[in-house]
Amino acid sequence: MYNFTFHRPTTVRQAAGLLSRNPEGKILAGGQSLLPVMKQRLASPSALVDLALVEGMTGVELKGRSVVIGAMTRHADVANSTVLQEAMPGLAAVPGAVGDPQVRNRGTIGGSIANNDPNADYPAACLGLGATIITNKRRIAADDFFTGMFSTALEDGEIITKVSFPIAKKCAYEKFKHPASGFALVGVFVSKRGPDIRVAVTGAGSNGVFRVKTFEEALKKRFAAKSIEGLTIPATGMNEDIHASAEYRAHLVGVLARRALAKANA
Amino acid sequence: MPSVSMTVNGKPVTGDVEARTLLVQFLRENLRLTGTHVGCDTSQCGACVVHIDGIAAKSCTTLALQCEGAKITTIEGLAEPNGPLHPMQEAFREHHGLQCGYCTPGMIMAALDIVRRKGNDLDEHTIREQLDGNLCRCTGYHNIVKAIAAGAKAMAKGGAPAQAAE
Repeated sequence: MYNFTFHRPTTVRQAAGLLSRNPEGKILAGGQSLLPVMKQRLASPSALVDLALVEGMTGVELKGRSVVIGAMTRHADVANSTVLQEAMPGLAAVPGAVGDPQVRNRGTIGGSIANNDPNADYPAACLGLGATIITNKRRIAADDFFTGMFSTALEDGEIITKVSFPIAKKCAYEKFKHPASGFALVGVFVSKRGPDIRVAVTGAGSNGVFRVKTFEEALKKRFAAKSIEGLTIPATGMNEDIHASAEYRAHLVGVLARRALAKANA
Repeated sequence: MPSVSMTVNGKPVTGDVEARTLLVQFLRENLRLTGTHVGCDTSQCGACVVHIDGIAAKSCTTLALQCEGAKITTIEGLAEPNGPLHPMQEAFREHHGLQCGYCTPGMIMAALDIVRRKGNDLDEHTIREQLDGNLCRCTGYHNIVKAIAAGAKAMAKGGAPAQAAE
């Protein structure tokens, strides 16, 4: 790991100021993705701006018909939140599926979303629920936020402070875990909130998380696994590596979507 | 060079470190607490697990500077030198939960975190699932799982807390 300067601001404003003075700097949240990448020298920020001491960035609360999660809330705390488990257990299951217990004790929702790893779990939940990503500058709809592999709509100096998830009556996440890394080989999040039906897929697309409009259309008649029986998605645009072919990933999208629908209706 | 202060196994410590110094390096190289191991150095194996403010974390994936003001517990903090072992350590000895021993400190620190989160009555499935972040290349896990179940029970009997005394 190349060296850097280390900063611990106590307000979001200070953090943004530090970023503007250190254009090659990066925000440090839980560090469970960033530090490994820095060790491999795939990233070498000149400065790290640690948000750990910034107050008001953690917690899970109910606000009207949404659940709002502070960007620095750790995966374990989101997974165990009684507020979330009561309001939307399908979302609570997502951080519970990330990494391993020690990673869940450190990793945060804001970090995961800002990183937008093409195999990460949270991007599927954000897109699959139509979440709003709240930053120090604006509110960004999940549909506009994830712009490709490891890339987001975040501008320089922009910091995620909260994520707001509208409560869906029915939602669920199904993931085919890579047996060694624990990342999603493919993960599918499905939700139904009134007429709004969403099917979001992580791990499969070579351009990161995406929605399956053909599935969503078919589910409008009835939100059930049967409605997408026999439907497939093309293998073009799917990831291909030593772990799984593009065809296999495309196949898994259908299988996991059906499983997620069964779970959401259970 | 930045300076960092924290409490390690109940003792206040201070050291000058580079910003990039990992917690595990600080523990092993500055403090000479070599019970915490570096196995994979890629957050996979769990040989480096310690408790930061009572919560298990991989010290190879944490910067020393992130632990400014924190309370750290390592394997060395579980029992007095020459005193009786912590019930979880004793259970690993009793049930032969180790062969080469390299993963053992991390296994024990992870085991205590499982007790913290899941209580003292642990079934095999829970233990195996919760050991997701700890690798052992000798034992096949069988005796580790037995040791953790027994250690968790022994802790309830003896009233030992899942977080070591400071």
